[in-house]
Amino acid sequence: MQGVEVVGLYVRDQDEALAFYVGKLGFRVHTDVKNGDYRWLTVQHPDQPSFQLGLFYPGAPMLDSATAETLRALVAKGAMPPLVLTVDDCRAAYAKMNAHGVEFTQEPVDRFGTVDAGFRDPSGNGWKMIQARRRAGGAE
Amino acid sequence: MGTGQDPELLRRLLRAKDRMDAASDEEWPVRRLASVSGVSEAHFARSFKDAFGVPPHRYLLTRRIERAKTLLRDTDLPVTEVAFDTGWSSLGTFGRVFRDITGESPGELRGRERAAPHARDHVPACYLSAAHRPDLTIAVSEKRRRVAGPRIPANETTETEV
Repeated sequence: MQGVEVVGLYVRDQDEALAFYVGKLGFRVHTDVKNGDYRWLTVQHPDQPSFQLGLFYPGAPMLDSATAETLRALVAKGAMPPLVLTVDDCRAAYAKMNAHGVEFTQEPVDRFGTVDAGFRDPSGNGWKMIQARRRAGGAE
Repeated sequence: MGTGQDPELLRRLLRAKDRMDAASDEEWPVRRLASVSGVSEAHFARSFKDAFGVPPHRYLLTRRIERAKTLLRDTDLPVTEVAFDTGWSSLGTFGRVFRDITGESPGELRGRERAAPHARDHVPACYLSAAHRPDLTIAVSEKRRRVAGPRIPANETTETEV
């Protein structure tokens, strides 16, 4: 199969991110390998075995300290690109995640023919959580 | 960049920004925002401006005006209702700030959007809507058909949504 295999996020702390994505969102660890100071950590949605979400710390040895500091500030300011999580039932997912202490930035709202909510990971990465449409179309 | 602000502080300031985004029609005195961020009232406004480039009050006004613009474009609500729905208690203040930020009056914006309907192709303003653009609700699809404007790819949608 060809396609995108890994897309990474910058996170402020990989242990914290792991606890969040696995413990609160229900992802699974795909790869967690250390090589010196560098840690390659990816998680996977249980329904999406062909895709890995990387949880990477911006720092040495990949980045110089000034660049790393800039990136950590950008992540903390919520300036990283949008992320979208598709769920079958947005309100049910919201209730469950909220009970786990996920920081929601927007409660579920009906609009555009579906339901969406917004949350952030501990680092500041912003997610939209959108309820999948019942109608199977070419839009996905 | 180079603000030199501690990422941990920035993360907490982001929380105040998120809260304003989620409820821009509400009142957000510095005391309330500072408490969301866990920052002293004395330091909040400066820290926020250093982080996001505008003072918190200005940021809130901008968000309210963004929402008002969307309502003026996408609904038939009277201007008075748009003003009250977006958190203004005075129509006069709304009109003045609206003109200050957008360069035109609410009525002018609405008139212009209707006279030049292609301009509304960048709304609804949300990467959510952009991600699902082919599946918009009936009402919006109808508007879109009426407008008969070209679709834009998701990555050209520039506004962010609350």
